[in-house]
Amino acid sequence: MSAVIEEHHDDHHDHKPTGIGRWLFSTNHKDIGTMYLWFSFTMLFIGGALALVIRAELFQPGLQFVEPEFFNQMTTLHGLIMVFGVIMPAFVGLANWMVPMMIGAPDMALPRMNHWSFWLLPGAFGLLIESLIMSMMGMGSAPNFGWTFYAPLSTTYGPDSTDFFIFSVHMMGISSIMGAINIIATIMNMRAPGMTYMKMPIFVWTWFITAYLLIAVMPVLATAVTMMLTDRNFGTSFFDAAGGGDPVLFQHVFWFFGHPEVYIMILPAFGIISQVVPTFARKKIFGYSSMVYATSSIAFLSFIVWAHHMFTTGMPVATELFFMYATMLIAVPTGVKVFNWVSTMWKGSMTFETPMLFAIGFIFMFSIGGFTGLMLSIVPADFQYHDTYFVVAHFHYVLVTGALYAIYSAVYFWLPKWTGNMYDEKLGKVHFWVSTISVNVLFFPMHFVGLAGMPRRIPDYNMQFAEFNQMATIGAFVFGFSQLILLWNVVKTIRGRSTVKATDQVWEGAEGLEWTIPSPAPFHSFTTPPTVK
Amino acid sequence: MAAEPNNNQAANRRVIGKLLLTVVAMFGFGFALVPLYDVFCAVTGLNGKTGSQVADFKNMQLDDSRKIKVEFLASLNEQMPWEFKALQDSITVHPGQPAKVDFIARNKTGRDMIGQAIPSVSPGIAASYFQKTECFCFTEQLLKAGEEKVMPVLFIIDPSISEDVHEITLSYTFFIKPGTEEAGSRVITSSVSKTLANHTK
Repeated sequence: MSAVIEEHHDDHHDHKPTGIGRWLFSTNHKDIGTMYLWFSFTMLFIGGALALVIRAELFQPGLQFVEPEFFNQMTTLHGLIMVFGVIMPAFVGLANWMVPMMIGAPDMALPRMNHWSFWLLPGAFGLLIESLIMSMMGMGSAPNFGWTFYAPLSTTYGPDSTDFFIFSVHMMGISSIMGAINIIATIMNMRAPGMTYMKMPIFVWTWFITAYLLIAVMPVLATAVTMMLTDRNFGTSFFDAAGGGDPVLFQHVFWFFGHPEVYIMILPAFGIISQVVPTFARKKIFGYSSMVYATSSIAFLSFIVWAHHMFTTGMPVATELFFMYATMLIAVPTGVKVFNWVSTMWKGSMTFETPMLFAIGFIFMFSIGGFTGLMLSIVPADFQYHDTYFVVAHFHYVLVTGALYAIYSAVYFWLPKWTGNMYDEKLGKVHFWVSTISVNVLFFPMHFVGLAGMPRRIPDYNMQFAEFNQMATIGAFVFGFSQLILLWNVVKTIRGRSTVKATDQVWEGAEGLEWTIPSPAPFHSFTTPPTVK
Repeated sequence: MAAEPNNNQAANRRVIGKLLLTVVAMFGFGFALVPLYDVFCAVTGLNGKTGSQVADFKNMQLDDSRKIKVEFLASLNEQMPWEFKALQDSITVHPGQPAKVDFIARNKTGRDMIGQAIPSVSPGIAASYFQKTECFCFTEQLLKAGEEKVMPVLFIIDPSISEDVHEITLSYTFFIKPGTEEAGSRVITSSVSKTLANHTK
């Protein structure tokens, strides 16, 4: 049946540009989505390599492989690349591919801006990575002040490459803002007839709210780096006490951006899980509207909790209490979501294909990260945990087994729709189990060394932490290299030899507009809008 | 909706316009945080910044039922080549009792320099009760080459300060007045970090 339709498409609409020009000049949401995803995948391996340098150095106490100066550059660039180069572009890539298909739109609302926002990224990260390459060639230091770039480390003491970093962050910011504008415009103006707001898939909803968060806080990040720029080069003293400024102000400005940023990195993940779990439980999502309201509440609360990153800066007790309670409040809407996913699975006829495995892994391990977050929100406890490996364990549970696992789930979930071929299920399961075991060997011991007082971002440590650090390093190398299984699986699926063709619906329990168009999704889809009942 | 591209274009323009406005407003808000932060801290005394004005203490009553120990710290910004210390480590006063301490600064260099001392009071909640009636931090200090100068601070602790405060630390950091440092201060900084790196090797 679809053969007829496809031929029709081929004749009139499916003229793909060919050669390198297809990618360089593309304004097609699917091609741009693909480029975002490959960009993010590349950055994952670069950022991962830096993480392995860190773990190799921490395999034993004392200094083995790298100088402390270089270690600092590793922690800084690992953080920056993973946050801004992997998680965020991967989500934007998924939004590019899926949002138009999920709401029945032919493309993004602003295709040329889409093109521009992608092509800023290679420039931004080229600049950042260039400073690392120059550092390895002995030409000064790459940024070495941690991904949070606190003043005065990044102003008075920042290496010359800090100005590269500033320009790079400006470019990433512009890219994210344009991406967000595009997504909001698409969702507001391009929905198919009958697709009311409360009928939108949850992934679309979470991205809608995320885009507003981006619009609200990326400019604040731009302010922070602009102030750094003028402090460093034009004689202002925003963060310099010598000129009447205050370095603590930097932390306030940074975390006013930084806390909503962590929800920017997790809300789309919530959206993905809310698509995957109902599909493989073969039930509608439990509590659709409560999901929407929970997401909105989290977004709102994210603006009034930033100072929980700064409990040890010497705040009065009343302020600490406010930020502690506000932070704990976030556990309520997050709990609503977790219980909704569990209730969706309850009495469903579940199967455990790879996307579902990653989704369940997400729910389980993200909750662990959520609970350690709750521990960190408790002011007196935070004085003990602050700047230790406990914090590292916490945010890697929410970002690796949280955000990254959701992205993996999404890739396995939609890859058959993108390529028209089923991925290798056995390989997918191997990827999941090797990753899940090794990622826990990697991050779980960090809780213990952190509680025992091992500080983060230091290349050397006390003998007593040696065993747990060795475990973590072994876990890190297994986890790092097991991501090559995903790369192999993706390449194999795209090439399409020896794999099964995917049906249009792909998954038995799949519901939604994206599953009504052929697999692989034609270059132009929904040129006439579908009608949603 | 999607069937009418003209309507869409107008709608898109409206959305872009509003969102860009939000972006500009938030960029401005980031800068507005600077004065907001200063006002907030001045009102609450949160960051330990004490008033830079001469305090009015006429209506203060002596409260001799309790004592507060005031400790003094004198430090230098790492680019500042002076010598700077307090002549006493600490004194104990009653709230409402005027007190005087002397700090001493010496310009070790062979050139005239202008410095600015920045005070900070800890705990932060005590900052707004710590009233200075005379302080070398109110003005810039000019020290000629090799000159030594004794600089007094007169202060009084407001008796309405919380009963929980038993100790207050007053710290001063002397900075080179921005713009008057020698060229190449960046070089000093990076040589410091190099020394540190060598030290850890």
